[in-house]
Order: sequence, then C-alpha cells, then structure tokens
Amino acid sequence: MAEHAAHFESLARQQTAARFAMWVFLASELLLFAGLFFLYMCYRLYWPAAFASGVGHNHALLGTVNTIVLITASITVAMGLRKLQHGAPRAAFRLVATTVLLAGLFLVVKLTEYGVHIDEGILPGGRGRYFAEGALPGEAAFFTLYWLTTGLHAIHVTVGAGVLLVMAWRIRRGTLRAAQLELGALYWHLVDAIWIFLWPLYYLTGGAPK
Amino acid sequence: MIPASADLMRDVLFLPEAASRQARDIDALHFWVISATMLGALAVGLTALVFLVKYRRMGDRPRPTRFIALPVKYELAMAGLLLGLFLAWWFVGYRQMIALQRAPEGALEIYVTGKQWMWKFASADGPDTVGVLVVPAARPVRLLITARDVVHSFFVPALRVKQDAIPGRYTSLSFTIDRPGSFPVYCAEYCGLSHSRMWATLVALPPEEYQRWLEGAVPPAVGEAGGNADIAGGRLGEREAISIAQRGEQQAARYGCLACHTVDGQPHIGPTWRGLFGSERVLVTGQRLVADAAYLTQSMMRPMEDLVAGYPPVMPTYQGQMEPADVAAIVEYIKSLRHDAGRAP
Amino acid sequence: MTPTTERHAGESYLGGERTLRSWLTTRDHKRIGLMFLIATSLFLFVGGLFALLLRLELLAPRETLMGPMTYNRMFTAHGVVMVWLFMIPAIPSGFGNFLLPLMIGANDVAFPRLNLASFYIYVAGAVVALFGLFMGGADTGWTFYVPYSAQTATAVVPVLIGVFILGWSSIVTGVNFIATVHTMRAKGLQWMQMPLFVWAIYGTSVIQVLATPVLGLVLLLIGMEHLFDWGIFDPRRGGDPVIFQHLFWFYSHPAVYIMVLPAMGVISEVVCAFSRKNPLSYQAIVIATVGITFFGFLAWGHHMFTAGMSTFAAGSFGILSMVVAIFSAIKVFTWTGTLYQGSISLKAPLLYVLAFLFLFVFGGMTGVAVATMSLDVHWHDTYFVVAHFHFIMVGGTLTAFLAAVHYWFPKVTGRNYPETWGVAMAVLVFIGFNVTFVPQFLLGNLGMPRRYYDYPESMQWLHVISTGGSWLLGIALLTTVLYLAWSLRHGAVATDNPWHSAGFEWRTASPPPPYNFPGSPALHRGAYDYTGQEPPEGPAALP
Repeated sequence: MAEHAAHFESLARQQTAARFAMWVFLASELLLFAGLFFLYMCYRLYWPAAFASGVGHNHALLGTVNTIVLITASITVAMGLRKLQHGAPRAAFRLVATTVLLAGLFLVVKLTEYGVHIDEGILPGGRGRYFAEGALPGEAAFFTLYWLTTGLHAIHVTVGAGVLLVMAWRIRRGTLRAAQLELGALYWHLVDAIWIFLWPLYYLTGGAPK
Repeated sequence: MIPASADLMRDVLFLPEAASRQARDIDALHFWVISATMLGALAVGLTALVFLVKYRRMGDRPRPTRFIALPVKYELAMAGLLLGLFLAWWFVGYRQMIALQRAPEGALEIYVTGKQWMWKFASADGPDTVGVLVVPAARPVRLLITARDVVHSFFVPALRVKQDAIPGRYTSLSFTIDRPGSFPVYCAEYCGLSHSRMWATLVALPPEEYQRWLEGAVPPAVGEAGGNADIAGGRLGEREAISIAQRGEQQAARYGCLACHTVDGQPHIGPTWRGLFGSERVLVTGQRLVADAAYLTQSMMRPMEDLVAGYPPVMPTYQGQMEPADVAAIVEYIKSLRHDAGRAP
Repeated sequence: MTPTTERHAGESYLGGERTLRSWLTTRDHKRIGLMFLIATSLFLFVGGLFALLLRLELLAPRETLMGPMTYNRMFTAHGVVMVWLFMIPAIPSGFGNFLLPLMIGANDVAFPRLNLASFYIYVAGAVVALFGLFMGGADTGWTFYVPYSAQTATAVVPVLIGVFILGWSSIVTGVNFIATVHTMRAKGLQWMQMPLFVWAIYGTSVIQVLATPVLGLVLLLIGMEHLFDWGIFDPRRGGDPVIFQHLFWFYSHPAVYIMVLPAMGVISEVVCAFSRKNPLSYQAIVIATVGITFFGFLAWGHHMFTAGMSTFAAGSFGILSMVVAIFSAIKVFTWTGTLYQGSISLKAPLLYVLAFLFLFVFGGMTGVAVATMSLDVHWHDTYFVVAHFHFIMVGGTLTAFLAAVHYWFPKVTGRNYPETWGVAMAVLVFIGFNVTFVPQFLLGNLGMPRRYYDYPESMQWLHVISTGGSWLLGIALLTTVLYLAWSLRHGAVATDNPWHSAGFEWRTASPPPPYNFPGSPALHRGAYDYTGQEPPEGPAALP
C-alpha cells in the first residue's frame, strides 16, 4: 500500500493533496450548516421570547451529556491517530473503535430525546399537542429548525461513525495508513465542532420555560 | 433634460407615459444610464474593431510582437474613474429610492391584497373593488400591500413602481398621480397558472369625480375599467351597508382586541386606542416613531418587533389569522378614534 | 491515411482502447472532460428547443401553441436545464477538466476516480431532473420561490432531488480542481505564471464549493415544505418567505459567476492566442478574478429590491453589485487593450470574442443599471431583466463556449473545422442574438413582466421580432453542430499547434497522449510569450 497513484510524483504530495482537499470539503460542509444558522438568527430576531421558551423547554442535561460524549470521541480519535502514526496499530484500533462506540452513544441519547419530544407532542411543522395547547407564536419555527438542524447533524454523525468503523476494521487488518485515518478524523472533528455551536443555540440560551 | 427631448427618449426606449413626478425623475436617470451603457458597448466594440483592422495579420506567417504590459495602477485608475460614474448613478438612485419609500403627508391609504389571480382593494371611504383601483389624481396615495396565498408583485409601469406582495408581511408603496387617466397594473412575480392574466387597472379620477365615486356614483372611466374583460375578476365591489370603521369595531371585538386595549383613553394591558393613531410612540429601545397604518398593521403581525415602552410584551401575533380586509377595518377603527376625529361613528 | 493520423491514433487519448467500456470506466481527465462536453452540449439543445417553443408561443397574445400550464412548465424546464445541466457544468467540468491539467503541466487532476464519480453524479442528477421535468414537470420557475413551490401540485420533488444531486457533482469537481491547482502544478510553475483560464477555473471552483451547499440546503427545505408541509417559511407558523429568497440568492447570485468566470477565462486565452500578445495586464485579470470570486458572494440582495427591503440594505447591496461590475470592467479593458499592436488573425474564435466584448459590456452595464435601486423598481421581474441576463448568459457565456469549442477543437479532436463555416455562423449567432434580445429590453421598458405567456396586444410586434431572432440563433447553432460533426470525420487533420499558440496546453500533441506530456512538460517559455520567433512544432521541441 505504500505505492502512490501514478499521476502524483510522490506519496507525500498525494497525501498533501488529500488532506488539503478534505479541508476544502469541510469548508463546503460548514456552509451547508451556515444556511440553518442563518435561519436561526433571523427567526430568533423575529421571535426572541418564543425561542427562549423553546430552548428552555429542551433538556439541557441531555444536550450537555451529548456534548461531553462528542468531545470525548474527538479526543479518542485524535489519540488513535497519534498511535497509528507512531506504529501502534492495536492501541489505535481500540481508540478508534471507542470513538465509534461513543458516536453510537450520542445517537442513542439523541434518539431518546427525539422520543421525549414526540411524547410531548412536539413535531416538526408546528404539529402536535404542544402547539395545539397554546405555544408562543414562533415556537413552531423554533422546533422545526431544531428537528432540521439536529437531524442533519445526526446524519453527519452517522456518516462519520460509518467511515470510522470501516477505518477501524482496516486498522485491524493493517491496511490503513495514518494519513488516511487523518482524513476520517478531520471529518469527525467537524461534526463535533458543529455540535459545539448547536449546544448553546438549542440547549443553553433559554429563558424560563413558559 | 428638457421635456420635449424626454418625450423623444421615452418613445425611442418604448417607455410608457410617466404619470407622476417620481416616474419622470426616474426616467431622467434611466436616460443617462442607458445612454452611457450604449456608448460604453459601442466604444469597446469599435475600439476592438479598429485594432482588428489596424493590426491584422498580413499573410499567414505570424510575426513576433512587442511585450506590452500596462502597470496595474493604470488599470486601477481606470476602474476608479468608472466606479466614480457608477457611484454617481448609485447616489441619485439611492435618493430616489428613499423618496419612493417615504410616505407622503396626508396620503390616502388603501389596502391591496393579491391572491391567485386577482387584486383586491379596500379603502376607508370608498367601496371595495376587485381588479380596479380607484384613486384621486393629484393627491398622495399609499398602498399597504399583502398577499393571501403566494408571493405576488404589484406593478404599475406608468408610475415606474413595483412592490412585492408577500404573505404575512405588509409592504407599502406611495405615489401621487398628476393627471387623471387609466393605467394598467400587472402582477410581476410568478404566481402560478394565471399569472400572466393577473391584471388590474389603476384609475385616477379628477377630485370632483372621485368625490362622486365615494358617494356611490360610477364615473365612466371606472365603469369602463370594471367592464374590461381582460382584467381578472374585473368587477366593482358592493358598497357595504356599514362603514369600514364600524366593521372594524365588530372585528376588534371578535378577535378579542378589546380585552387588552380600551377605546376610552385608559391604559390597560396594552395601550389605549383613543388618540393612538398619528401619535408619537416611544419604544423600549428609546426609538420614537409615529403610529401610522403601517405601524399598526406591523404591530398586529409582529407585535414583538417594535415594543412600546411601559407595557408587558404579551400581545399575540395575528399573522395569518386575520383577513387583510379585517386588518384594514381595525386600523380604520383605530383611526376613527383620533382625538381630532370626534366620537366614533 | 496520412502518417500523421497514424501517429495520433497510436498515441492519443482517443486511441488505445476504444471500447465503450474503456470510456465509461476511464480516469483520464481528457476523456471525462469530453464526456462532460458532449453531455452538456446535448442539454444545450434540449434547453434551446424549449426556448424556441416558448418564443413560438409568444408570437401572438393569448394561447397560440400551448396553454398556460404547459408554458409554465416549459419555462421552468428551460431554466433548470440551461442553468444546471448546461451553463454551470459546461465550461468548468467540460473544458476545465480537459485543459486544467494540461495547462499546469500535470498528468491528471488530483483525484481521477472522484472526477469520474462527478461525471456519474452529474448523469444521475440529470436523469432524475429530466424524469421530473417530463413525467409531470414543475411549474415553479428555476427559482422555486416559496410558498408557491410548496403548494403547487406539479412534480417539484424529483426536480429538486435532481438539482440536489447535480449540486454534489459541482462540489466534488470544485474540491478536485482546487486541490489540483494547489498541489499538481509542474515544478517551477508559480501561481503568477499560471494561464488565466486556470485562475478562472480556480475562482469558479471556490464558488462552487462554498455556495452550492447553501443551495443544497434550500432545496432540502423546499422538499420538506412540499412533501411534509413543515412550514419553515410559512408566516402562519412564524416563518418568512423572504428569508427563503435570501438563502436562494446567496447561492444563485454567485452561481452567475460560476457561469461567467470560466467564460472570461476562455476569452483571456483566445484573445492572447489570436492577437499573438501577452495580456495587457496579467495581474489586473488575476486581481479581477479574485475580486469577482469574493465580492460575488456579497451582492445577492439586489435580486430583492422590491421585496420590502430597507433602503439601507438595498443601498448596500447596490454598491457591492457595482464593485463586482468594476472587476468585470477591468477585464474588458484589458482584453481590448491586448489587441493593441498585436498580430491579429481573424478566425472564428476571435470573432466570438469580439461578439463577447460588445455583448458582455452591454449586458454588464445594464447589470449596473438594474443595480441602481430606483431604476430596478421598474425593471425588476420584467423582460428588461430577462434581456440583461441573457446578454450575460448567452451573449457572454454561450459565445465564450463557442469560442472555446472552435479554439480547442483541434486540441480535442485532432481535426480542423471548416473556417468559412465557422466565421459565417459566428456572424449569424451575433445577429440572431441581437434580434432576439434587444427587443426584450424594450419590452421590459414597456412593462412586460417575465413568465407571461399572454400579454397586451400593444406589445406584439416586439415579440414577433424577438421570435424571428430566436430562429436565426437556432439555425446558427444547429449548423454549427452539423459542420463540427462533419469535421470529426472529414475535417483536415490538424497539426499539433495549428494556431501557433504559446498556451501550455499546446505543448504536447493534438490530441494529447494519455498522460499528457511525454517526459516533463516544457514550460520555460511563458504561456503568453509571443516576443520570439515561432519555435518548431510539437513534441520534437521538448528537451
């Protein structure tokens, strides 16, 4: 596997190209979420009270637990990369596998939270009991955005976990270069970084629940 | 620009007659901009052509050429000059834009609703109409525009004005037509099947005829516009049995406005409506503004946007829950409670 | 068969394996570029056919050829096909793919497999979008404004999904090209020595990567609105349709530069090659390219002057739009100045450049006119705007595309096209274009709104002229395809550098061999250096 593709003059250059391209792709991903952040900003300016109430209604504990889970997962994948670079594939495998497990934990918590929302009658599009019982105007917009943004993020978590799962398997088989794991880790850090912004926007900056 | 040459330019450029002062001002800028555009394109095209003839290759053998590189500073200087010209246009255009958006004093306010595929008009004094907008000439008019279903756009070519009609928002458009006449109105924002037939007629009447229209007569120009088969839904509304302000009073009760707003001058949960219209309001931000029809409408739709100081922020939104005609009626009712308006009818 | 053709058949990327399979699984950027060119040209004709039918309907007021429903679907189809299936991929993914590695002295793009994937993503998107357009057809216009797009009963969703997929192709190609320019340049080739077409493609790629995801999100949101009625833009649930317009134009205004920047790159190359001159100011064109890329992101609001925007916001967007125009003006000035003291050979590609200069200046200046707020209030959503952007898209981009097709025809195919036909059709394109679109400016002044299938009778004769012009344009384009197709087999076999161009892409055989350059490419002489005597041709010149 140490062979580089024929059109590159060296392996180092090929790896530089791949890492660079990954950064460019991450910029693209960031812009995907930027649209949702823009919507959030506009609607929060329209409906400050409703957004504060909506954030207050969300379960800050679940959100915070998930933040800790994701940050830990970022640390473990970074450590795994370091191990692989230093020629310790077994340790690297354990760390990357831990990351995948933590991603699974994140999704479990997230799905639990969705379940709670469904129970409370908070569905996207202003549907459900919660809104019928006189929510503040604008709360429908808040929760639709909540579903959309966290849903899109959860999809990214799933994709990232899938990529890392395949990589973990390849580490075990000894067919993965550190430079390749670095690409997966970069992607995973992006998923993590986006959540760090979702956490205050959807869990921390609330007012008193209505 | 002298009027005769302006008319010539209008003919050359296929511009319709300009029926307001603003329209003529805009046309003047238009002539400058479009002349510069044509000159610019011609200058570049001709220069290229001259070079082409002068430096054409003789025979088929290419010859070496001199290396000519213009320092970037000259390019930037050229760009700066051009930007100066553009900014001059921008400056004039910006001032005209401010003038277009400024609501004139004592304007006649008319509510316009776009729906697939017709224009409805409701005003305080005259009858409601569909497809025909009747206004007095030589008096400022302000349209408060919204849409019932999808985005439309109210476009009067003769006035050079256009304003999108957006569901959930009220936008406004002001003009003063300086002579009587009939002018076509089009929907300019694509809105579905019959978009290309969403037309109306704007009829400007001389003041005395307008007065007769308010009193129930149908002047010939209005009748003609109303009978135009090209206009979607072209018909004149029935005069209502009660005045629009009276209807507003009923609607205010129906929507529960009077639970928080009094009409006798006593502040309650919300500000009293007596004397509200036209008064200066102090917002929580310290900003001051005059409570006109646009402000009142906005307050019903987005109550949290411009909060008045001294009241709890508890007003619910009526966005999407009130017919535009009801909004107009309630605003009319509040208007009728002005201090100088005497008792409500 | 002359000995030259035999040499080509043996060595070129067209030779070697000739099976369909070898094309469909190729990773050669030249083959992928050529496949993009063929596919996008096909869609140019589909979109063009729609345009001809639309013009035919507008020959007379009221229903003539089709009813309003068909008309509404057809202008949507015209817009979707032309914007996403032709304009956006044609020059970047087609010519960009073919030329970018050649112009930086590389064997291929950085990620050849990804490149092929991009082509298949494009095909998949096209199939889904076309499925939607033909099986029911959306009637929203290519702008998909809410709430209409959420309410219409037509097949919006397949079209949305198709465009969403096409967006991925755009992003993937953009990432690939950016990485290629950064990491694959031949040894010693500095940024400020790169051909201007490379700069243009680079700027385009940046826009593709950063703007397209926002479009993707917008399309997802409309899909949700339409399928599940989530009401994210519904005022009854606290939304605002105007926010949709902001998001949409945040992509779609920069998208204009995705379509125009590569065209500008083509013009830079052709002007220099046919006047045998260095560009009047290389730096100025680079600065302008970077400037357009950056400021292009900040001008979107000028599409919404009549949507109830504050005067301050409108004024800001107005100024920013004028700044973008200034960068374009710098380029026009430079191209025109490049002709000065040249040794000009008037061939079809240069004729297209002349047409471009005139049409682009007119289109660009009317762009400044519509960025002047008070004037736009009258022109917005009328035929004036339609004429303006067709001057840029057809008068600019399509003209540049045709210049590129003729200029690089020998490079891509190894054959020459018949020059007389080329010149004649370039003239006819120019005439047909003006007859079609100049009346539309006047119609806009008269107050003819866009997307009308019916109009007052007083506007008819301008429409008749415009329709007549559209036929001239159609005939010219069809004839062009015919003689180019004829040349594929019967055209004279081209020498390696028939235009005696100094461009890097000409420093290898025409058509090029599979790995572009035998040995390391000879890039010592600059890409625009015409000061010396013409060196002998072809690979023989390589050290």
